[in-house]
Amino acid sequence: MAPAPPSVTPVSTPGLGRRRLLGLAGAALGAGALAACGGNTGREGSSAATGAGGKPAIAQWYHAYGEAGTQAAVEGYAKAYPSAVVTVKWFPSGYDNTVASALLTASGPDVFENGNGPSIDMIQGGQVVDLTGILGDAASDFTPSLIERMTYKGKLYAVPQVTDMQLLVYRKSLLEKAGVALPTTVDELLAAAKKLTTDKVKGLFAGNDGGVGVLGGPMLWAAGLDYLNADQTAFGFDGAGAVEGFAKLRQLFTSGDLLVGAPADWSDPSAFTSGLAAMQWTGLWTLPVIEKAFPGDYGVMAWPTLGGAGKPSVPVGAYGSSVSAKAKDGEAAKAFVKWLWVDQTDKQLDWAQTYGFHIPARKSVIAKATKLASGPAADAAKLVNDSGRAQSPLLWTPKCATAFSDGLNRIVRSGSDPAKEIASMKTVVEAELKRVGV
Amino acid sequence: MAQATATQGADPATRHTGRAQRPTLARRLRGDQNRNLWFWVFVGPFVAGLVFFVYVPILWSLWLSFYDARNTVTPTVFVGFGNYVDMLSDPAFRDSLLTFVVFAAFIVPTTFALSLGLALLVNRAALMQTFFRSVFFLPTACSYVIASLVWKMSLFSGVRFGLVNTVLGWFGLDPVAWLSIVQPPWYWLVIVSARLWLQVGFYMILFLAGLQRISPTLYEAAAVDGAQGWKVLRYITVPQLVATSSAVLLLLLINAFQAFDEFFNLLSTSGQYPPYARPPLVYLYYTALGQGQDFGHGSAGAVILTLLIAIVALLQGRLLRLGGDR
Repeated sequence: MAPAPPSVTPVSTPGLGRRRLLGLAGAALGAGALAACGGNTGREGSSAATGAGGKPAIAQWYHAYGEAGTQAAVEGYAKAYPSAVVTVKWFPSGYDNTVASALLTASGPDVFENGNGPSIDMIQGGQVVDLTGILGDAASDFTPSLIERMTYKGKLYAVPQVTDMQLLVYRKSLLEKAGVALPTTVDELLAAAKKLTTDKVKGLFAGNDGGVGVLGGPMLWAAGLDYLNADQTAFGFDGAGAVEGFAKLRQLFTSGDLLVGAPADWSDPSAFTSGLAAMQWTGLWTLPVIEKAFPGDYGVMAWPTLGGAGKPSVPVGAYGSSVSAKAKDGEAAKAFVKWLWVDQTDKQLDWAQTYGFHIPARKSVIAKATKLASGPAADAAKLVNDSGRAQSPLLWTPKCATAFSDGLNRIVRSGSDPAKEIASMKTVVEAELKRVGV
Repeated sequence: MAQATATQGADPATRHTGRAQRPTLARRLRGDQNRNLWFWVFVGPFVAGLVFFVYVPILWSLWLSFYDARNTVTPTVFVGFGNYVDMLSDPAFRDSLLTFVVFAAFIVPTTFALSLGLALLVNRAALMQTFFRSVFFLPTACSYVIASLVWKMSLFSGVRFGLVNTVLGWFGLDPVAWLSIVQPPWYWLVIVSARLWLQVGFYMILFLAGLQRISPTLYEAAAVDGAQGWKVLRYITVPQLVATSSAVLLLLLINAFQAFDEFFNLLSTSGQYPPYARPPLVYLYYTALGQGQDFGHGSAGAVILTLLIAIVALLQGRLLRLGGDR
């Protein structure tokens, strides 16, 4: 830095002035404080792999579940584990980013959860441990589509914790009043949305982006297509069906029957419960709130078909529990995952239905779930078995997802030509498939 | 600081004692009255913090940009300029750069003019100057995230009872889904109004400080010569504000290219960001962080962005010849 001209600053006496000294001391304190933060892994006695009483120490990370009582519940499960000292770390926000960067360092978690299991790059980068065989006799008890989603080249990388799904909810009374039968095709759904729209109520709500974020996959399945082909080796929707399906989403967006600009997004039931829309695409987790708002006056259904080869569908996903390759004691961490998510069925049941509203990840536990025995919840559980589709394939990388979202946005919201956008999605997807070694 | 220490080292008194009895190396390193020691005690932690938290990451990122670095920050596969070529041939990234050159070309002059205008008005206010200064400055203290949420959920909510839609309703107009509709691109109105509300007050304060440094004698002399109104503004106020203006312009420009907070909070939905008004930083955020974890491409994009900011800032300095002839 150039010295200040003498006319501006008085010539300072040698040594540090009082203010200058305080300023520097402040900076030193600041640096000290910075150095002090970081390095807390949530693992007790993070310098050693062993915790209190000589038992191994395990750090387990969760994203923050919204339902009250969930944090206390997972802490309770951790405490009940007899063979290790498990410390739970709970992330109110930014979980995915924090985990991804923490896995690069030695101070990451030992056991952690991931939406739909670890990503393909985590698996190929050797960041997660192979858990094959951990399910033991229970292997056939888990929902097969979930196990398949968390498996790569025959090796299992996560144990599904609990199933979540998206579905379409509708107000029975409003449909009756408008004289609308339950739609079985997308065309009927569009017609129903038109009939249900009044000056106060819109026919359908599927997110403030007009359904771009959530309806792309269901629309592909409705046309009998998928993101990738069955063995995940090629682009999956190079057909006329995809063009037609995406064009229907555009038609819906411009029809005036779709609610956009609601205060909360599709994952929140408030647009439906406050009567802004007669039908809403949302998640299973909203059913308790909807039940409270309209007891007995709502139903659930899958996304309908476009006709032809298509099938009705509901996207199904699950948080899966994985073990980090940098875990201090990998075997102890694996044993804990097996104990909690395979052996302890009562805890799995508690986790699925006591706090929010989820479907257990295995058949024997679903059978015990009393909340899923009747009403729309039972219908939803049936939809998972009949029409459940894994939300997106393992090899559908984040880059593919971005290209898909960009293209679909342009089709639906800016009226771009579907065939042209699908062609540019294909270019990106094929390059990504090549990169991950298909 | 270093210069000052060096000068003290050559202090005649020290040299005198030096000749009589040469001090030990440690003694000399510590300096007169342990000055060097204390210099490093106080400055050292700060320098260390700067090096570890600023310079090391910058250099590391530069290094990463030449590697295939997915889910790792210690990559081994050197790809040369591959990442740069990929980023520059990525239409989404090019789009975001172009959008933001246009955005900067709009927001920089607008914020500049508005904050200068406000500063001139507040500076002339005879009554309650402090009050107005505080009122206009207050939004600066508001978090971008909070402002975005207020804008998104209350002011520009797309439903009938959103504030702006209520006002439209008084005139018999239909409600507009401000952030959902992209034809016409109403989302720009939301973004720009939020940004202006948050920023104008801060730059107004900078201009006010500049205005108050102008010597009243200049205005008095101008008044004696018969200059009035616009002439005073054109020939006295504006030239006297050149230093402030160049600082404000540079800050505004960098801010425009670093746009992230309000964009992310206003437009991102369920894990994705639409291809509209997508700032380069938001695009890089999705590339390098999140599930992407592609540090190679992310770093290459960041370097390209840095170069772009530097080039535009240099061009701006050249074209406006601000601060050059002083």
